[in-house]
Amino acid sequence: MARSVVPVNGTLRWPGTIAVGLALVFLFGPLIAVLWRAEGLASLSRADLSAVWFTIWQAAVSAVVSIGLAIPVARALARRQFRGRQVLVTLLGAPFLLPVIVAILGLLAVFGRAGIVNSFLGALGLPDVSIYGAHGVIIAHVFFNLPLAVRLILQGWVAIPSERFRLAAGLNAPIWRVLERPMLASVVPGTFVVIFLICLTSFAVALTLGGGPRATTIELAIYQAFRLSFDLAGAATLTLVQIAICAVVALLAFAITALDAMGRGLDRVVARWDGSVWGDFAWITAAALFLLLPLVMVILRGLPSILELPSSVWVAALRSVMIAMVSAGLTVALALALALRGGWLVVVVGTLPLAFSGLVLGAGLFLIVFPFVNPSNVALPVTALVNSLMALPFVMRALVPSVAQVEAQYGQLADGLGLRGWARLRIVLLPRLRRPLGFSAGVAAALSMGDLGVITLFATGDRATLPLEMYRLMGAYQMQAAASSALVLLGLSLGLFWICDRGWRIDADA
Amino acid sequence: MLTLDHLKLTFANFSLSADLVVPIGGITAIVGPSGGGKSTLLSAIAGFVQPSAGRVFWDGADITQRPPGDRCVSILFQDNNLFPHLSVSQNLLLGLRRSLRFESGDEDKIAQILDKVGLSGFQSRKPAALSGGQQSRAALARVLLGGRPLVLLDEPFAALGPALRDEMLDLCAETLATQGCTILMVTHDPRDAARVAGQTIVVLDGVAHAPAETGPLLADPPDALRTYLGG
Amino acid sequence: MFKTHLMSAAGLCLCATGALAQVPVLTIYTYDSFASEWGPGPAIEAAFEAECGCDLQFIGNGDGAALLARVMLEGPRTDADIVLGLDTSLIARARQLDIFADHGVSAAFDLPVAWDDPQFLPYDWGYFAFVSTADVEAPTSIAQLADSDLKIVIQDPRSSTPGLGLLMWVQAAYPDDSAAIWEALADNIVTVTPGWSEAYGMFLEGEADAVLSYTTSPAYHIFAEDDQSKVAWAFEEGHYTQIEVAAKLADTDQPELADQFMQFITSDAFQSAIPRTNWMYPAITPQGGLPAEFQGLARPQTALLFPPDEAAAVLDGALEEWRAALSQ
Repeated sequence: MARSVVPVNGTLRWPGTIAVGLALVFLFGPLIAVLWRAEGLASLSRADLSAVWFTIWQAAVSAVVSIGLAIPVARALARRQFRGRQVLVTLLGAPFLLPVIVAILGLLAVFGRAGIVNSFLGALGLPDVSIYGAHGVIIAHVFFNLPLAVRLILQGWVAIPSERFRLAAGLNAPIWRVLERPMLASVVPGTFVVIFLICLTSFAVALTLGGGPRATTIELAIYQAFRLSFDLAGAATLTLVQIAICAVVALLAFAITALDAMGRGLDRVVARWDGSVWGDFAWITAAALFLLLPLVMVILRGLPSILELPSSVWVAALRSVMIAMVSAGLTVALALALALRGGWLVVVVGTLPLAFSGLVLGAGLFLIVFPFVNPSNVALPVTALVNSLMALPFVMRALVPSVAQVEAQYGQLADGLGLRGWARLRIVLLPRLRRPLGFSAGVAAALSMGDLGVITLFATGDRATLPLEMYRLMGAYQMQAAASSALVLLGLSLGLFWICDRGWRIDADA
Repeated sequence: MLTLDHLKLTFANFSLSADLVVPIGGITAIVGPSGGGKSTLLSAIAGFVQPSAGRVFWDGADITQRPPGDRCVSILFQDNNLFPHLSVSQNLLLGLRRSLRFESGDEDKIAQILDKVGLSGFQSRKPAALSGGQQSRAALARVLLGGRPLVLLDEPFAALGPALRDEMLDLCAETLATQGCTILMVTHDPRDAARVAGQTIVVLDGVAHAPAETGPLLADPPDALRTYLGG
Repeated sequence: MFKTHLMSAAGLCLCATGALAQVPVLTIYTYDSFASEWGPGPAIEAAFEAECGCDLQFIGNGDGAALLARVMLEGPRTDADIVLGLDTSLIARARQLDIFADHGVSAAFDLPVAWDDPQFLPYDWGYFAFVSTADVEAPTSIAQLADSDLKIVIQDPRSSTPGLGLLMWVQAAYPDDSAAIWEALADNIVTVTPGWSEAYGMFLEGEADAVLSYTTSPAYHIFAEDDQSKVAWAFEEGHYTQIEVAAKLADTDQPELADQFMQFITSDAFQSAIPRTNWMYPAITPQGGLPAEFQGLARPQTALLFPPDEAAAVLDGALEEWRAALSQ
């Protein structure tokens, strides 16, 4: 009576299976709806092909540069302790949470023709530097994604047990070769995939800072197909191209990834006996300046008239906060269910949303919903759900390794005590996962705050979200009020993130 | 009694077979070189790994297919025997039932057991506020409270100093054995076996041998074991 | 936990579903800025509801192109009774849908071009123009702009209405050497933005000397900010015109109300709401004339406009020319 050696697993799996199904339905359902309506696929034009190449190129370079810069910054943050370090780590995450247009205007206030850098150069009698062009696209994408890269790589660093650093220091062994390079080999490929995919669907940033149509991405081509010629087949085909690129890159990265070993929070400073203090602080200062200066400009622009904002902005802000909280709750529930389930389908669901065009997703959902209800009436729940799906890839990267770590540490103890299913979730997992769950809720809430997403197709006049209200103000020439709304948006996004990330940690032991 | 009936544990580059009977009551040590499969044997008895062949019987019942929590087995690991986010009494309560709701009489039982292991008044402490020895005592208290007849000790006291370890071993012998438990104890130190275990199972070269009297075994070990003990 | 969140999402659904109205509802799809608090929507809604005994609902959708996309997605089953906010570049495609009815309204329009379309009724119009500041020396034609060192921000014709307007403008003004104009303009263009808001915001922040917008844009700054420094450049070859139209759905379930509203579009109440909310010229000058800040605006000599079919015909070639010239 031979039996295979199966590890015993007492965690809940069926909610994860439901979550996988839900995510797949909400991703592929709309795509199928669009394809159905389009009655097939379209062939790609030459312009489409050059958009495909430009998209892949800029996404790859953006990801490589982001990671290249993130490594020294993360190392510096991992081994230096200073006052305000924790606040800095939180603030450094801000660009990632900004709505695109706010970030662009913030960046231009620093690097634009009339920005700080050029004013400074002008005062010194030096020639202007232009941010527009391929390098502008890269700079902007690094601005958005450096925080994410730093955070993911920092997690890898603090996950190296400090005894190993002591051991290496005691043996005078090269830390880079014995500890850091293997850690990076396990963390970098996954980080690359996430950033590559974020840049893959970039559109406004690439076009605006790319300086013109040579910076046409696939997402812009989708936009063109949808708006200029209502070519649904073309839009769906280009979405499939995005998904295919996503699949290839993800497979390549997972193939070369060593063990994925992330874990603990970021509070821990690793005691080290190497590296230059000044070098580390130079990296930290440079990153802080690069990431925070545009934010400071956003704040300065918005501050003067923030008290004169029309009440509708505050109502929209409240509505956005509510959507963000629903979306955060939903994201955490979905992500936890997925993380408990595990398996390759979960990896797919945790990666794929990044490859989906928001426009096609919105159009497809619209096609599905329209025969049954007035799309305006379900705009807010649909927005919350889509925001959740879009946050999954980021949240899963924090949650999956944490669940694995808890299971590795306390799984057998729980098994031995017969703690399975809901009891295990309630007594063991939820309390042990407070930190990553709080972080996840914070990321999901903040991403949801800044997202215009599907609501543009679904929205009605009297139920606007804050980003939409900000766009309306801009459309009505009220740029000053829009700048103040952007500041409110920034404050609320960061605030929600901070409350979730910190609040859930209160009285979390060990 | 515990019966391992033609049990075979197979992994990628490791296999262990056991065909033996452990009588009820008393402490049985499991000794052998590290990497030899002592802990794996305990894991199989506890139900954390499934054997590739053979069966495990407890008291005549085939428990091979039962999940770990349903096996009338308590196990203490080298570490992580307590949940750090739960207080001592909450941790102990999990030995009684799979919930954190206290029922009437629970608090008294917990107080009695804590008294027995020398942790009176520690109910509301979190594990982080306990010393290593106190943590071991709290974990032992949970095992006592659970009252399961078969207790597996996977070197839970290995990290303690020699004096403290001896103290804990004595406490186990005193408390568990007097409750009538059958105790299987992995150790890499023959002194431990000599101190508390009446019988010893030798795990060597992929085979777990039937238990033998500890005293004579250590006094006149078979050749292979002699090499291990000597080295 | 999972269940609770699903329930709260469902709760949102329920809250969002409004109570059934007792009065007849006239549903008008428009673009977002028309329906918004700062657009003409609220004033027009109040004025019309005062005389119709109905509930007028504006449903906002992105911009004109997004509005048409929504109408196309919904097809003949659309809930709209009227679609308001398509412009001359979208009419050809909208007409192909074959879902609009004749409006039957006749009025003396104050449009720069003759208009007699039986289905699409104009409600406002404007000229595309480059908006700059008074201290910049103004070029007098697109060609002169192209020869200068002036820096401009434009919008992408693939994602923005003004961007498409400029594409047509160059085609209409320089039919024989449009490609050369675009090549000469390439070094003046700081960047191309996805929409009007990004471009206008960048101009106000000093990123360019001028931005593609409307001749009426300076009026906003005069009225709302008392800022006289913004000017629109008047070009001698003429300016491309944007005319915004409304049309009635053929199978509306409120035909009388819809007809009443189409007639209302030509009324003083509707037309007088346009200038200071949509910042465009009303299709019929209201009795009180245009507001003061509209008086001093640049008024081009020539209004350029392709008929809808011709605009559709030149689009693909023009887009390729634009892409090729700016991708160098």
